[in-house]
Amino acid sequence: MDSDHGTKGKCEAEASRRPGERAPLDLETLREGLRTKRGPELWRSLDELAATAEFEELLHREFPRQASEWPEGVSRRGFLQLAGASLALAGLTACTRQPIEKIVPYVRQPEQVIPGRPLFFATALTHAGYALGVLAESHLGRPTKIEGNPDHPASLGAADAFRQAAVLCLYDPSRSQTLSKNGRTGTWSGFASDVNAALRARQPFGGDGLRILSGTVTSPTLEAQIKQLLSRFPKARWHRWEPAGPHHERAAQVRAFGRPVEVRHDFSKADVVVAFDSEALTQGPGSVRASRDFAAKRRVQTAQPQMSRVYCIESGPTSTATVSDHRLQLPPAEIEAFIAALAQAVGASPSGSELVTDPHVKPWVDAIAEDLKAHHGASLVTGGEHLSPAALVLIHAINGALGNVGSTIVYTEPVDADPVDHVASLRELTSDMAAGRVDMLLLLGGVNPVYTAPADLEFAKALQKVEMSIHHGLYEDETSRYCRWHIPAAHELEAWGDARAYDGTASVIQPLIEPLFEGKSEIEVLAAFNNRPDAAGHDEVQTYWKTKLPGGAGGFDTAWRQVLHDGLVANTQAAPVSVTAAGPAAAAGAGEIAAAVQQARARKDAVTLLFRPDPTIYDGRYAANVWLQEMPKPLTKLTWDNALVIGPKTAERLGLRVEETVELTVGSRKTGAAVWILPGQAENTAVLTLGYGRAETAHGRADGGAGFNAYALRTSDALWAVPVEIRRIGERYPFACTQNHHALDPQGNETKLASEEAERRHVIRKTTLAALQQDPQVIQKEREKPAAGETLYPAWKYPGHAWGMAIDLNVCTGCNACVTACQAENNIPVVGKEQVLAGREMHWLRIDRYFEGDLDAPAIHHQPVPCMHCENAPCEVVCPVQATSHSDEGLNDMVYNRCVGTRYCSNNCPYKVRRFNFLRYSDRESPLAAMLYNPDVTVRMRGVMEKCTYCVQRIEQAKIEAKIEDAGAPEAGPHKIPAGKLQTACQQSCPTQAIVFGDINDPQWEVSQWKADPRNYGLLEELNTRPRTTYLAKVRNPNPRLEPTRTPHGDS
Amino acid sequence: MAILDDGAALQSPEKPYKTPIVAPGHTTATVTDKISSVVQSRTPRWWFIGFGISFLLLMMFLNAVTWLLWKGIGVWGVNQPVGWGFAIINFVWWIGIGHAGTLISAILLLLRQEWRTSINRFAEAMTLFAVACAGMYPLLHLGRPWLAYWLMPYPNTMDMWPNFRSPLVWDVFAVSTYATVSLLFWYVGLVPDLATLRDRSRHRFWQVVYGFGAMGWRGSAKHWHNYETAYLLLAGLATPLVLSVHTVVSFDFAIGIIPGWHATIFPPYFVAGAIYAGFAMVLLLAIPLRVAFGLEDFITLRHLQNMGKVMLATGMIVFYGYMTEFFFAWYSGNHLEQFTSMNRILGPYKWHWIGLMFCNGLAPQVLWMRRFRTSPFWLFVVSLIVSVGMWLERFVIVVTSLHRDFLPSSWGMYAGTKWDWMTFIGTLGLFLTLFFLFIRFLPLISIFEMRTIVPGTKGEPSRGSEMTEVPQ
Repeated sequence: MDSDHGTKGKCEAEASRRPGERAPLDLETLREGLRTKRGPELWRSLDELAATAEFEELLHREFPRQASEWPEGVSRRGFLQLAGASLALAGLTACTRQPIEKIVPYVRQPEQVIPGRPLFFATALTHAGYALGVLAESHLGRPTKIEGNPDHPASLGAADAFRQAAVLCLYDPSRSQTLSKNGRTGTWSGFASDVNAALRARQPFGGDGLRILSGTVTSPTLEAQIKQLLSRFPKARWHRWEPAGPHHERAAQVRAFGRPVEVRHDFSKADVVVAFDSEALTQGPGSVRASRDFAAKRRVQTAQPQMSRVYCIESGPTSTATVSDHRLQLPPAEIEAFIAALAQAVGASPSGSELVTDPHVKPWVDAIAEDLKAHHGASLVTGGEHLSPAALVLIHAINGALGNVGSTIVYTEPVDADPVDHVASLRELTSDMAAGRVDMLLLLGGVNPVYTAPADLEFAKALQKVEMSIHHGLYEDETSRYCRWHIPAAHELEAWGDARAYDGTASVIQPLIEPLFEGKSEIEVLAAFNNRPDAAGHDEVQTYWKTKLPGGAGGFDTAWRQVLHDGLVANTQAAPVSVTAAGPAAAAGAGEIAAAVQQARARKDAVTLLFRPDPTIYDGRYAANVWLQEMPKPLTKLTWDNALVIGPKTAERLGLRVEETVELTVGSRKTGAAVWILPGQAENTAVLTLGYGRAETAHGRADGGAGFNAYALRTSDALWAVPVEIRRIGERYPFACTQNHHALDPQGNETKLASEEAERRHVIRKTTLAALQQDPQVIQKEREKPAAGETLYPAWKYPGHAWGMAIDLNVCTGCNACVTACQAENNIPVVGKEQVLAGREMHWLRIDRYFEGDLDAPAIHHQPVPCMHCENAPCEVVCPVQATSHSDEGLNDMVYNRCVGTRYCSNNCPYKVRRFNFLRYSDRESPLAAMLYNPDVTVRMRGVMEKCTYCVQRIEQAKIEAKIEDAGAPEAGPHKIPAGKLQTACQQSCPTQAIVFGDINDPQWEVSQWKADPRNYGLLEELNTRPRTTYLAKVRNPNPRLEPTRTPHGDS
Repeated sequence: MAILDDGAALQSPEKPYKTPIVAPGHTTATVTDKISSVVQSRTPRWWFIGFGISFLLLMMFLNAVTWLLWKGIGVWGVNQPVGWGFAIINFVWWIGIGHAGTLISAILLLLRQEWRTSINRFAEAMTLFAVACAGMYPLLHLGRPWLAYWLMPYPNTMDMWPNFRSPLVWDVFAVSTYATVSLLFWYVGLVPDLATLRDRSRHRFWQVVYGFGAMGWRGSAKHWHNYETAYLLLAGLATPLVLSVHTVVSFDFAIGIIPGWHATIFPPYFVAGAIYAGFAMVLLLAIPLRVAFGLEDFITLRHLQNMGKVMLATGMIVFYGYMTEFFFAWYSGNHLEQFTSMNRILGPYKWHWIGLMFCNGLAPQVLWMRRFRTSPFWLFVVSLIVSVGMWLERFVIVVTSLHRDFLPSSWGMYAGTKWDWMTFIGTLGLFLTLFFLFIRFLPLISIFEMRTIVPGTKGEPSRGSEMTEVPQ
């Protein structure tokens, strides 16, 4: 794509200041300037003062300084209101109205641009360094939506919530918008000359004292640039810090194989999966692909029922556990004991089985070992990063012993550039800084070590000793405040770059828009370090790939175009490596675990605090993203906050109630937190996710400093688990939970009641594989269904399409990709914590979570709930103005213009899928928000009802296309959309393909086949609403050896 | 109706039905003097105080409504899943209160319960003001209240009609019809009295004002003839409305599929509840009024006792309705209904339910005892409790049914915000303001009808049918 596409944004920005209109004065800067003036210099007016070079620059900046400052100490609600106002201020215009501008039509029509029709560009978005191939939808040069790239191996068409939310980040008004030096406005040329001077001064010393700190880097271009810099300055060093790892996994690889590798799981070949505290399906570089492969083995064809078997052994509920057959809940040390025992049982380690002493757990070890051995080469044991390196070594050994290496698990060359031990690397950097051995530090790509570094390293203190510190990131954060220079980063949708996916496949990242602010990419920053300050990112990336891409017949340009078109560079997968887990390493691991287990058992009732990346804002990097902030966490259903998550038993023992504040003490470090009780959290464990409790002054957070800072307790020797003392303070801290609003009591009776009621109402229907094999109709027999036609009204007729949806509960992991996709596609507003507390979140598609069985060790289910588009819709009858009515294709249409807001439809909806604009939630004015909106979907005003439309805009688009296709046909037919030519946003983004949508009149569509499946059931179908959205019942494949024993699943 | 009206027996046990409805010693002249003096004497101080407080509350209402319109419905406590809250509770509460007026005016007239004569005027006024208060809520509770007229069937270029399947549209007709007929009925009844006031006014201003309202009434036989025909016709028209309005209001719930709403018992049980609440409100107003204006001779203990009996009877029907709901839930075998019932008793809103049972079930039982039934103080207390109880009833119906409906995942909680409370108390202010104005400027008891029942003007006991005769 040519970079011309994005110029519109910039033009608007410049045009917005009318001639003669003065830029607002940044008086603070002015005063500062006066204070530092030498001698008795006089000034007659501010103008004269302004004539200094620095002030001139200030005036010529695109955006006034004040605009990029957030008001502090505002409430959540206040923040949202202000966010709207500051969008207007910071973004493009200084007044509430759009300035009068002359518009000129295209003199030369840009190729392919048809107003009203989006263009899709293949690019990639990174998360923690790793790429996911995506297609970015662009409306007249504005990226509005991210879809997965079907050709990309990591995506196969799906995209996770983080990627879906990336467009919001692009238009985030809290992004830093200008370079700054010592807190004052700087320029790129000023920066370049500063860097140049500093580097020249260091040249004679080989760059001694020059350091770079970055997160995980997979970008080949950036790697080459850094290597080039390091070759010019041999004494310079490149450090890495990725807060959420992998740390233990890398350590384990070094111990087991003697070298770092990349671990690639292939769930599609795994008949038996054992997951130890593993979030492999929702976190990690290959999670989207892993979900797809996993689902392939879990999708049950009722004709020939067959599926994999999944065991989860974990300390707290994971997404994997919600789609597992067996879930065993153990404290971390006991999990490691279990691994050790399993290792011995499968012959991967000489000792370990003696560690499991609990008579309830022993049969699990035996049963799982037997099952694994029976599936030699077709099983997979995964361990989460949070296990100890010793345990992870054993897991590699187990996989080796089971013959999984090469089939379900493949070791390849590391994908990230120059893999190092991040903790050691950061420790070394910090000690060097503290010792004064670092005088120039580049913090690249948004690393925020002042906030994220282990607390014992005291990074902030050390950073103050660095003379020339340069921070590069999307936000002005905790770290940038300590740095001399802050360089705003360009978003990945604004800049050229490249990155590699979990399997090594490289993609070129192409921009869809000119940088909205003064952002620079990592590559451009590094180019400045390499004496090319004016080099365009595009040229840098091309320069690298010119050496790599085959010339071929068409030469580089053809190959380059192909790469951009496909969104990936073919044949760049990382090469497999042949490694075997060393026997002694496994034996040592088992010994180490034995010692650790003894120690942990001696501590008895001590609570272990577990740190985990947050499922919504990860390690804090997405704290500014309000979509992710308001996205309910898959298991707790909390929004806007993290919480100290403990199990019911632990809460009872410690006398803690929900939403009660506590003080956490780890060694000499303390921090506050508030309690949330989650059934399924192992006894004596507590989870605090990373990323919250940011400094009040940091930008790049939308939570108003909400939540609790886990990093304050996290030290470099205990990254994931540490014994903690919990002291009750007892103040109330309200949590915005989207399920069972407010109805929380300490005993968990409310949760229990809700789960029991869900069971009695057959909300989640489920069976076992054996039962299904015996009787395919088992689900249908569970409940009586009202006969069709039991209504006073005449039946609807659908001569054309009849849209319907089916959701396979068996593969839904509750990952939230669909929720965010829906939000992006349908312009769904964010309402803020206060409104979520009031029970007014707006998500059209929600994922319900239910517990089943014993509250202390429950089975957990997820159920995505969009609008059911009922045939006999209770909402349609009661609307007094016919604002919600049945379409001739069976959609339950919502006519916003007609809605007067009686909310009767919502009251009468048994599924409670309707959402009401109680206040003015949508930002209908600020230009930045306007750029984000999907132009095909109405932005709703205050006082109207809204709900899932089955993405009616996509249906209409597909119909138009079908009509155009049919135009050449001799007889103008009904212009039917061919099967599979249409996907809803949720369906498209779903990594496990749990959602299908289409014409239920036409058996060609997959949805018709799903609906014909005897597992298909309608939610609350006894009400005779005849929902169009139906569910495929959950099927479990329990191990017969384990089922009669105490298991958390109680449906047998 | 003998059971209903045995008040006479109380006062003179040896001569049932001989005790007059008006205290002995009154003539047509003293009746006229007494009632019109309320309007035509100097304004008492307590009136200014009462009116002042009511007016302040009204201003609070304006404040709350302004904020509501400015910010949106979100200033209230409504949410998902409880889409209806205080607004609908208050609407049903007020509309229920508005029932007593028409019942007293129309049904008791047709049933020839002449004791109604001394209370029908202000009961009708109360009805009107209560309907005014009630009518505001369905408008205010809309997300976009400025489009409320879309609920009306009016010809338009888009050829759009309201959805006649929706009970909310039926509501529009029911309530607006009721308001119109109540207003007409009240006004028609006022005309002869306005003429009396016109004739008795000394100041030119009041002569013109009352004269305007009296519409040229001269008391001719032809006037009286037309008047009586019109009044009876209106009474006939209003009678079915007593039943229809609250029946339609109950459809708002009964048509819905929510457990706790979807019940066939709702129409009769709502109507009984409305009369119950209405009589409680009439008592709440009558008891202080008769003391304040010295009208004990016209609103006698017999009236109070009769109203107490109506309350007791309708209260029992209402209580029967509660029990029937539980029976239905149990007998239907429908788990959802059973859950909703148990959730009302044991769920997070159990105190509302217990309060409801106390207020509407237990407290009125004291009216079985004559001692309480004939004590203005105790009647006042019971009426107050019943009014609170009826509000709680609507809270229980609206909120506890919605807050835990079908899918446990969408359960939630509801609480009114300060704006909800300000709006509710504000409508009390509106109601009282109008009522204070009414008692100050219009005869709060029908003068001419009272004259017909003064002993000596007719044979004893006089009957409504004899009103066709021209009074003096």
